[in-house]
Amino acid sequence: MSEKILELQSVDAGYNGQRVISEANLEVYDHDFIGMIGPNGGGKTTLLKVILGVLKPFRGKLIYHQIYDADHVKRIGYLPQFSMIDRKFPISALEVVMSGLMPHHGLTRKYSREDKQRARQMMKRMGISHLEDKVVGELSGGQMQRVFLGRAIIGSPRLLILDEPNTFVDNQFEGELYEHLRELNQEMAIILVTHDIGTISSYVKTIACVNQQVFYHHSNVITQEQLSAYNCPIQLIAHGDVPHTVLKRHD
Amino acid sequence: MEIFQYQFFINALWAALFTSITCGIIGTYIVSNRIVFLSGGITHSSFGGIGVGYYMGVNPIWGAAVFSVLSALGIEFFSKKGQLRHDSVIGIWWSFGMAIGIIFIYLTPGYAPNLMTYLFGSILTVSQGDLLFMGLLTGVIVVFFLLFFRMILFISFDESYARVFGMPVTLIKSLLISLVALTIVVNIKVVGIILLISLLTVPQSIANQFTQVFSRMMFYSVGISLLGVVAGLLFSYNQDVPSGASIIFALIVLFGLTKAGFYLRDKLHPHR
Ligand SMILES: Nc1ncnc2c1ncn2[C@@H]1O[C@H](COP(=O)(O)OP(=O)(O)OP(=O)(O)O)[C@@H](O)[C@H]1O
Ligand SMILES: [Mg+2]
Repeated sequence: MSEKILELQSVDAGYNGQRVISEANLEVYDHDFIGMIGPNGGGKTTLLKVILGVLKPFRGKLIYHQIYDADHVKRIGYLPQFSMIDRKFPISALEVVMSGLMPHHGLTRKYSREDKQRARQMMKRMGISHLEDKVVGELSGGQMQRVFLGRAIIGSPRLLILDEPNTFVDNQFEGELYEHLRELNQEMAIILVTHDIGTISSYVKTIACVNQQVFYHHSNVITQEQLSAYNCPIQLIAHGDVPHTVLKRHD
Repeated sequence: MEIFQYQFFINALWAALFTSITCGIIGTYIVSNRIVFLSGGITHSSFGGIGVGYYMGVNPIWGAAVFSVLSALGIEFFSKKGQLRHDSVIGIWWSFGMAIGIIFIYLTPGYAPNLMTYLFGSILTVSQGDLLFMGLLTGVIVVFFLLFFRMILFISFDESYARVFGMPVTLIKSLLISLVALTIVVNIKVVGIILLISLLTVPQSIANQFTQVFSRMMFYSVGISLLGVVAGLLFSYNQDVPSGASIIFALIVLFGLTKAGFYLRDKLHPHR
């Protein structure tokens, strides 16, 4: 039996009193792999901010069941859609990856040799070992995305949240990324925002459609008709031979 | 040299050391976070405190301390709560502080002694009392950065990521901006309000040519300021020109030289 790690209960959320998300309910269990889709401006990123606990809902509740560990460390990994970073900031790629361990340390602790070792391994896994000492702002978009992914994963989170991780990265790494995620999914729940549900349908287990409301779809197969019913007007790229069942079954 | 026998000169050297440490560290934070304009605003608005200090007959530096910390926190507060642009708020505080200072100095009967010292600095007249404050602040800043260095770097680089993990971002940032304000206050005596911003930016810009690592930038900046301040001090003593201006002049010359050096190196060995 999977354990519930967090839930949203009839959440309204938005900015400056303007509602972007209304009446959202969502439950996340360990080993979940949720593909989150929806039109631009539909509120996906906003919903993630609520889940992360950085945007307070106007109404409703966010409940963490298994997010904090015994040491009160918040075991979430997050890859933002846009990282608002200053490209001139004097920090190396390795330091950024290592900073993913920051929440595990007290306010004042320094990084240990072991931390550094872990960060090196993570960079290797991301295929960017040669960039360790490079200033992060001097990396290409895809390289930077890998650094931020490394930062998100290094702390072995229980829930990994990825907001459009495929922006900037090349096809090869995109493929590798999804394989990584499949592996990581053994140990952690994953929420993945994407506009390309076709490509990742074989990786995700369930689908959440976000367009002001949140519709949860208990399968990784969804049809255009179902999408319309969910008020989620996105175009699916056809896969498989049945024209209107857009996504092939995974198993 | 015979000047090393004079107490005022020994004091000046101590002041140079404290200035270099405080401005080297805090300036690196300022430059990396691109809050140079904010720091300029805090510096100038502290003039309001100097004016009020004269008017009320208390040490103007105390007035400056109150004004600069209040304006540092006030700028952050108003730009967040008032939904105003950050740099516009800075511009308002900047001129408001100056205006208050001018009004109160005019209202103060008689002559305002040492006014020029506050505006243009005078490292050769730094007193033992001033040194005590500078030394204290140096200690506080060094300890603060030793303890929280990782956290400061983390928050400065990606504040919103730090917030996800419930790190005390606002608290640390408020403490840092207060340290910026206090650094400005204790260094007003050395180079003055008008020239202070260069102590917080020029050494760092020189250091940044040699390294892109935050911690090294701090150390190099301290060394570079010490070089610039002592060179400026000697020049000022020899030529009998104001010390604040000679210090800045020395630093800018150093900046020009290193910049030219790097430019030539890249020209001569483009594929080093
Ligand atoms: N910081 C903000 N302040 C005010 N309004 C915002 C802010 N961020 C987003 N919004 C508004 O909230 C709505 C939802 O935005 P959100 O970023 O959640 O959409 P999204 O589903 O992630 O879109 P995309 O697919 O383009 O990433 C949009 O209408 C947007 O204008
Ligand atoms: Mg988004």
